[in-house]
Amino acid sequence: MAGLVKRYPDRVAVNGLDLEIPRGECFGLLGPNGAGKTTTLRLLLGLTTPSAGSITVLDHPIPAEARLARRRIGVVPQTDNLDPDFSVIENLTVYARYFGLAPHEVQTRIASLLDFAQLTDRARTNLRELSGGTKRRLTLIRALIHDPELIILDEPTTGLDPHARQHLWDRLGSLRAEGRTLILTTHYMEEAERLCDRVAIMDEGRIRSLGAPRELIEQLLPRFVLEIREPVPENLLLDPSCYTLERVGTLTLVYASRRDPLTDLASRLHLNRYIERPTNLEDCFLKLTGRELRE
Amino acid sequence: MSTLWPSLGFGSVWARNFLVWKKLMIPSLIANFGEPLLYLLAFGYGFGHFVKTMDHLPYLVFLATGIVCSSAMNAASFEALYSAFTRLEMQKTWEAILTAPLEPADLILGEVSWAATKGLINALAIVLVGLVLGLWWGPGMLWVLPVILCMGFAFASLAMIMTVLARSYDFFVYYMILLLTPLLLISGVFFPLQALPRPVVQVAEWLPLTHAIALIRPLLVGQTPRNIWGNLAVLIAYGVGGYVLATYIATRRLRR
Repeated sequence: MAGLVKRYPDRVAVNGLDLEIPRGECFGLLGPNGAGKTTTLRLLLGLTTPSAGSITVLDHPIPAEARLARRRIGVVPQTDNLDPDFSVIENLTVYARYFGLAPHEVQTRIASLLDFAQLTDRARTNLRELSGGTKRRLTLIRALIHDPELIILDEPTTGLDPHARQHLWDRLGSLRAEGRTLILTTHYMEEAERLCDRVAIMDEGRIRSLGAPRELIEQLLPRFVLEIREPVPENLLLDPSCYTLERVGTLTLVYASRRDPLTDLASRLHLNRYIERPTNLEDCFLKLTGRELRE
Repeated sequence: MSTLWPSLGFGSVWARNFLVWKKLMIPSLIANFGEPLLYLLAFGYGFGHFVKTMDHLPYLVFLATGIVCSSAMNAASFEALYSAFTRLEMQKTWEAILTAPLEPADLILGEVSWAATKGLINALAIVLVGLVLGLWWGPGMLWVLPVILCMGFAFASLAMIMTVLARSYDFFVYYMILLLTPLLLISGVFFPLQALPRPVVQVAEWLPLTHAIALIRPLLVGQTPRNIWGNLAVLIAYGVGGYVLATYIATRRLRR
């Protein structure tokens, strides 16, 4: 992607994006709602035309050769669009046909995919009887029906219970191990830290920060943070060499590069409601995109 | 980026809809046979008691040939309006299809050709009822099948324009009541066109249902239609025109 822009009459969804994702990488797009993540994915798939800039996916210029590119891309959409009139297996055969694959050609592939998602015993189950987590697993293997090299996932684990999420993470891990390229958007920083080789934090249609999750955290913040959930004196005395302080509403955050000064501070102030922990991607995210609630 | 020219991929969209229909075939067929049969019996016998012939045909035959056309029209329209809109907005089926290597042109042609097929299935039900009742019989009848498919294509394409414009189902009520119902009344389903005032006839002569009836009625009763190519050309023009416009609007809506 180079100089990518997508303008709508009422807003600019993507505002000058330059990005290169090597094959085999798991890449995460993070950002608040409306940051332009989904639009970026739609542009990659050739589902919408850029207002400016160029895109190449798997050596295909997009949107000129989008149809060819999509033969090699699997898509897991944000909202469930499985076919409610069909059983699990029918959903897969019908979807395979959209890729020009006849049911008999995908029989063995479907069997192995059902096994991959632990859905073999649900093959004939009607879709209306499936739970959210099971549907999500089915959506994932539906995206794999044509053995794609690149898989695009838009918030793949939103709304799933922890068990279902763990399962999906595990499956995504094995897809990566097979050498497939993964591009995903997520709101879960833990997910991004666990799965992604690199992440980009987007806001207002631009990339605000880009790098490996660990690198990003180190670049932007000290290693540790003390999260204080009670009022602290305004004139909290801090040694500027080891602390940085940030206040958000009733929450006070004190950052430091080592743990000891934070532990000392907590005991010195006789704090009861506090957490001392390593900084994470969520802190970076909030630092970059602001802590104020939007909209 | 997207063109109006479809690929063979449209067949997979047709196949998807066919598979859903196949699963619900029995109740669907009962409705297909049931409703027009009731009309035929009530009007044909009731009305036919007073009106013996119409346009040189027994009234029951006249009416039944008209109902073959109107049920093809209704079925194709309904499928391309309500069912297609459900797949667009409620089930997001179109969204799933468009992330595969298919373009809006393939999708619209798949939907329209399926709706035409649905029209053919419904019309065929009446043709069979007519056979059983002894209303018609003859080898020339087979020609009605491609003609019904053509008219189904015309009505499905026109309805598809509404579907890709629509924001909610409410939109379709206007189409059905303000367009299709008057069409049904002035195109010669229930009585010959000539009974109507001159200006109405002039309008009717431009409408697709009139041309469908002008072909299907004689074919069913073993006569040769007077203007086969003219009638066919009008039906195909409506079909192609509707398809092109629907695809253009769909592309703007779905690929924005």
